[in-house]
Amino acid sequence: MNKRDWNNHPPLVYPDYKSTVVRNPAKPLIPVPEEMMDLRMPVYGDAVIDKLDHDLTKNSIVNGEPLGERIVIHGKVIDEQGRGIPNVLVEIWQCNSTGRYIHKLDQHDAPLDPNFVGAGRALTDDAGNYRFYTIKPGAYPWGNHPNAWRPAHIHFSLFGHQFADRLITQMYFPGDPLFAYDPIFNSVPAHARDLLVADFKIELTEPGFALGYEFNIVLRGSRQTPFE
Amino acid sequence: MKYKQTPSQTIGPFFAHGLTAEQYRYNYTSIAHPVVADHSVPGEQIIVQGRVFDGAGNSCTDAMLECWQCDAEGRYSDRQQDPKAGGFKGFGRVGTGMNEAGRYEIRTIKPASIYGQAPHINVTLFMRGMLNHQFTRIYFSDEEDLNARDKMLNLVPEDRRQTLIARRLEIAGATVYEFNIYVQGEQETVFFDL
Ligand SMILES: [Fe+2]
Repeated sequence: MNKRDWNNHPPLVYPDYKSTVVRNPAKPLIPVPEEMMDLRMPVYGDAVIDKLDHDLTKNSIVNGEPLGERIVIHGKVIDEQGRGIPNVLVEIWQCNSTGRYIHKLDQHDAPLDPNFVGAGRALTDDAGNYRFYTIKPGAYPWGNHPNAWRPAHIHFSLFGHQFADRLITQMYFPGDPLFAYDPIFNSVPAHARDLLVADFKIELTEPGFALGYEFNIVLRGSRQTPFE
Repeated sequence: MKYKQTPSQTIGPFFAHGLTAEQYRYNYTSIAHPVVADHSVPGEQIIVQGRVFDGAGNSCTDAMLECWQCDAEGRYSDRQQDPKAGGFKGFGRVGTGMNEAGRYEIRTIKPASIYGQAPHINVTLFMRGMLNHQFTRIYFSDEEDLNARDKMLNLVPEDRRQTLIARRLEIAGATVYEFNIYVQGEQETVFFDL
């Protein structure tokens, strides 16, 4: 099991993102010897994936299609050596095209979409690939500082094969003018921010249907090379 | 390393429709639940409950815990998880947003001691304001001898070990272990650099 690469992850406390100040440990994390990090994760497989789980444009239809710009996201989940990781459970959640979450506590004055919950999941295939159809989420305001807006993003959650190989992150869209003002995005070291921005790909764009994006994800994985 | 790890980001305040939809009663399914073992599972039935506090002493009502444990025979579940089936899951998820107090509750069985380790539950903590999730462990107050010899607990400075030990209570005929997480401050819970 490889260690968390603290040069690539945000610091625990990033004062511009205000709530990090009281919501993170102040005492040092306790180092753990490598052999004590290994603990297999539960096995998630086809039993948790329904036919429409990967298609957020269809998985919560009530009386019509959700409004907004349809997109398709392709990605590959790899380890630090670039090997695709099969059977990774990828869960996503997001707001709708107006920037409103279905969550009961979301106070943003923007309309809900009766045909869009904004949650989905998929399992990577033998080569580590996954795919989602969804609606491009809108930007939304939040209370961190005056006139604070989150750039459009989709939340991603991944289970690697080891308990410690867990990742929750956010996927952003290229060229978003809100990047410069968003402390959550900027909490990531400057050299690593690109890793959170999907690439627009005309090759993945489905004619007459959906814009295509690519978002590859690197998990920790384990150092040992597999027997060939 | 050829490829750099994808940076972590916060789970944010509005994860429930995606990750804990059934617990929060959103119109989506869940892969894991606050029930880790139902009544059909052999072993000592227990409830683990508590709250998550920030450094200002406020209870966090938007945290999510994941837990992962072995059964009473020391087996981690290696079967494919089927959320619709009963029995022993070993893995659970619970949000703290279902009551104003921010109390979470996990229903499970007490795990066995394996490989010389004291019985314990592995916990991952996520919440708004946390850009990186944190790993901790729940041990049990009535396992003093095993706790004293536990390898992981012995990595922790002695004066902080009690932050990982859940207190056993009997409430209305049920065995309850109280485990509060203090993310920061004087009673700060120990987190591991897993
Ligand atoms: Fe968000």
